[in-house]
Amino acid sequence: MSFWEITRELIEGLGYTCVIFFVTLAAALPLGLLITFASRSKFAPLKLLTRGFVWIIRGTPLMLQIIFFDLGPGLLANALNKAFDWNLNLAVRSQWQHLMMVCIAFTINYACYFSEIYRGGIQGVPQGQHEAAAVLGMTKSQTFSKVIFLQVVKRIVAPMSNEIITLVKDTALASVVISVDMFTVAKHIVNQQVILWPIFYAGVFYLIFNGVLTILLGKLEKKLDYFKV
Amino acid sequence: MAYFEVTNITKSFGKTEVLRGIDFSMEQGEVVAIIGSSGSGKTTLLRCLNFLETADTGSITIDGTAVFDATTFPSMKDADIRNMRLHFGLVFQSFNLFPQYTVLENVTLAPMLRAKEGKPDKAALKEKAEQIKSEALSLIAKVGLSEKISSYPCELSGGQQQRVAIARALALSPEILCFDEPTSALDPELTGEVLKVIRDLKSDGRTMIVVTHEMEFAKNVADKIIFMADGVIEEMGTPEQVFDHPVSPVTQAFLSKSLESF
Repeated sequence: MSFWEITRELIEGLGYTCVIFFVTLAAALPLGLLITFASRSKFAPLKLLTRGFVWIIRGTPLMLQIIFFDLGPGLLANALNKAFDWNLNLAVRSQWQHLMMVCIAFTINYACYFSEIYRGGIQGVPQGQHEAAAVLGMTKSQTFSKVIFLQVVKRIVAPMSNEIITLVKDTALASVVISVDMFTVAKHIVNQQVILWPIFYAGVFYLIFNGVLTILLGKLEKKLDYFKV
Repeated sequence: MAYFEVTNITKSFGKTEVLRGIDFSMEQGEVVAIIGSSGSGKTTLLRCLNFLETADTGSITIDGTAVFDATTFPSMKDADIRNMRLHFGLVFQSFNLFPQYTVLENVTLAPMLRAKEGKPDKAALKEKAEQIKSEALSLIAKVGLSEKISSYPCELSGGQQQRVAIARALALSPEILCFDEPTSALDPELTGEVLKVIRDLKSDGRTMIVVTHEMEFAKNVADKIIFMADGVIEEMGTPEQVFDHPVSPVTQAFLSKSLESF
């Protein structure tokens, strides 16, 4: 394979890597906020359930979770078929289905991590901000959206940047169930062609990806520099 | 019946009784200063008046209308509690300005949110917004910060921040403005500008309750002094009565200690 062929294949793989990255980011950012609210709920069962769930997700390897979501539906269908004599077929088969399950696993995993960062950010806002809004007659939701939210964003930009950069690199874990992401493609070429450099070449793509992200997130941080919390 | 009446307010945190039956009243335009040592319940009383804490018993009336009654409070809706709060303004010891908003935005935020709540049509809202803005500008002028309307809190001194906080509290035209040790977080040279604003408000006829450690200020500005100790009002009266002829030995001891520094 020529350098250009390898480049073309890696870029194709990068496309799938980007799918995992952007889908996870777009879904996990809001889902994480929901998990934060649930884990701060005054309704004890919901709070305990959420915290237990976050504990499990943060306490087990992401690769395990990817396998769980990829094989889970098929195994579940098998068990149900056996128990009730049904004829369900939920096994994940096509490449797109595998990719979808990978995205689900990533989203849930990252939402849990994000939720902990949000929680820290929300708890870090001084009580006085809530009280000042309350005595001005604001509702709880007005207080959150107009007063608390942006302060939380400012507090969490740095830790979130870390997580987002880690996400880029974690996409390589998808190779456990799919074969189209950039890292798996690189590994495949290495095995097939018996040459080592494509895997490092792939590393350069990750590096550039993260470089761009670092610049963008740095810009966001700078944009929020106009006030102090 | 007095303009503002507070009757039998009690408050406990767990087993600790912080307020053990507070009764006082004041007339419109009066300034009451609440003094007393730390832990005497001054701040808790102020927080009960602003519903940041819910008193266990007691009632509060303004102009004959009950704004709080501990027996009916638990059944009140959030919206009613919010409206109840608007009778009072509160200026905090630590200012608590919203850091992401400019001086002007800090003052207009709450009134704007209220204006939007009734879902008025665009033209009405625009007119209302103009009105809120011009009122905010005049309040900011009143506290002497007209040239700072576009500054963010982090660009202001403590004294300036506290003056903005006062303007913000006034923007909702509360009947009674409360101050919780408004100068305690300030460097000594900055307390004067804040106290001057409070003096100005008094000459405008504002009804105010000021929790303070500034004895000179309390003596000169307040119409009535409330000395609190251990969750009760130990002594209450005109500044002359409380400062010059205190009856209670507890008051005497407190005053001799706090006036030592003068």
